[in-house]
Amino acid sequence: MSGVRVLVGTRKGAFILAGDGKRKQWNVSGPHFAGWEIYHMKGSSADPNRLYASQTSGWFGQIIQRSCDGGKTWEAPGGGMTMEPGQMPKGESNKFVYDASPETGKPLTTHQWYDGTQHPWEFKRVWHLEPSLSDPDTVFAGVEDAGLFRTSDGGKTWQELAGLRGHGTGPKWQPGAGGMCLHTILLDPANPRRMYVAISAAGAFRTDDGGKTWKPINRGLHSQYIPDPNAEVGHCVHRIALHRSRPNVLFMQKHWDVLRSDDAGDSWREVSGNLPTDFGFVVDVHAHEPETIYVVPIKSDSEHYVPDGKLRVYRSRSGGTEWEALTQGLPQRDCYVNVLRDAMAVDSLEPCGVYFGTTGGQVYASADAGDSWAPIVRDLPAVLSVEVQTLP
Amino acid sequence: MIRVVLPPHLRTLAQVKGEVKLDVPGRVTRGAVLDALEERYPMLRGTIRDHVTAQRRPFLRFFACERDLTHDPPDAPLPEAVASGAEPFLVIGAIAGG
Repeated sequence: MSGVRVLVGTRKGAFILAGDGKRKQWNVSGPHFAGWEIYHMKGSSADPNRLYASQTSGWFGQIIQRSCDGGKTWEAPGGGMTMEPGQMPKGESNKFVYDASPETGKPLTTHQWYDGTQHPWEFKRVWHLEPSLSDPDTVFAGVEDAGLFRTSDGGKTWQELAGLRGHGTGPKWQPGAGGMCLHTILLDPANPRRMYVAISAAGAFRTDDGGKTWKPINRGLHSQYIPDPNAEVGHCVHRIALHRSRPNVLFMQKHWDVLRSDDAGDSWREVSGNLPTDFGFVVDVHAHEPETIYVVPIKSDSEHYVPDGKLRVYRSRSGGTEWEALTQGLPQRDCYVNVLRDAMAVDSLEPCGVYFGTTGGQVYASADAGDSWAPIVRDLPAVLSVEVQTLP
Repeated sequence: MIRVVLPPHLRTLAQVKGEVKLDVPGRVTRGAVLDALEERYPMLRGTIRDHVTAQRRPFLRFFACERDLTHDPPDAPLPEAVASGAEPFLVIGAIAGG
């Protein structure tokens, strides 16, 4: 019987929620990496037992964890204890070094700092891990300060895809309140050379040559909080999503505004429609209906909680503009949680399952495409990320 | 034999309990102790000092013999009591956060 595995990253560890095919019975394991921030955890679609996790700490920095048995056991790739000096492994799975200028030895280019001066890139943490669709040893990592890295040896070593920072707009990127992070990586299932990324606060970018060169894809975005609201870069994109069957259609939750693109990001139009507020972080697409999308409106950028004390997922069955509130099973009074950008996911069972986690530590699941919801767990640490694997 | 006390999270990461005991060839300095520690436990690389610059991570400090050695040069000799194994070298995580 098929089932699902929900991978939950929190402020104080990782949790794995294993559900049956009906998504009624759940087994909770964790905390894994107790006490550490788990920004993201994701499984390989080429090998569902291969999982990767980004484990971070303000004290000890970045750790990459890998599991080859569906999360039962974990290892820092290439970081095992050595018995004799000089032996392998090298312990470089957490070594993220930006490409440097041959003249200065310093990372290529600079970005805007909070005081308007230019600032060199400094690695802080991995926000998002995106395993290749075909090779379990290949993974892309979106990091802060914003950059894109790739491993092709299962996480033992990482190399930057420096064309993203080097394409020319880097000096205009600047950190948002959460830091300057590359938080979204979308792989085009129909075209292995095409990939999308999103950066706060710079915008969305696309490569059509496997990551060598990139172009900003922000035409149609309008952001009042930057000097030129229609600038090529500088927009605080919170999340983008696509459906596998139609990878040229993108949906975006920007700082404010929900948008869609029907031409692979070359142009965007707003589809916020009748949402109660179009500020938010998550956006996701139904597994079987490419025009059915989900967002969780958040009151404002200064009040990071749901409006009116009501936790409501909004669903559009028309690719935006027309939205309906989904409330059954969700708290409709005295609720003041947030849902962060990587904290929503869908499974591919029938009917489609939808999952999201809150800063209040709840993980909610819907086994009927959002019509009704129930908490899988209520009292985890603040949830940073939610991913789901559909298992055979 | 040099004795090193790691903070709990790094003990978990390195899969050790209690003190770590290391052979440190030559002069016993902070740099030499950390070199030996990272050689033995590669998963600790980057967690105490930067991979490339070898700079101490900001929220970590180094104590021994009731002294704060954090700002001593990394190639300064550690106290004789540490070098002889009588006293441990402590890697401390700053008290911060909730």
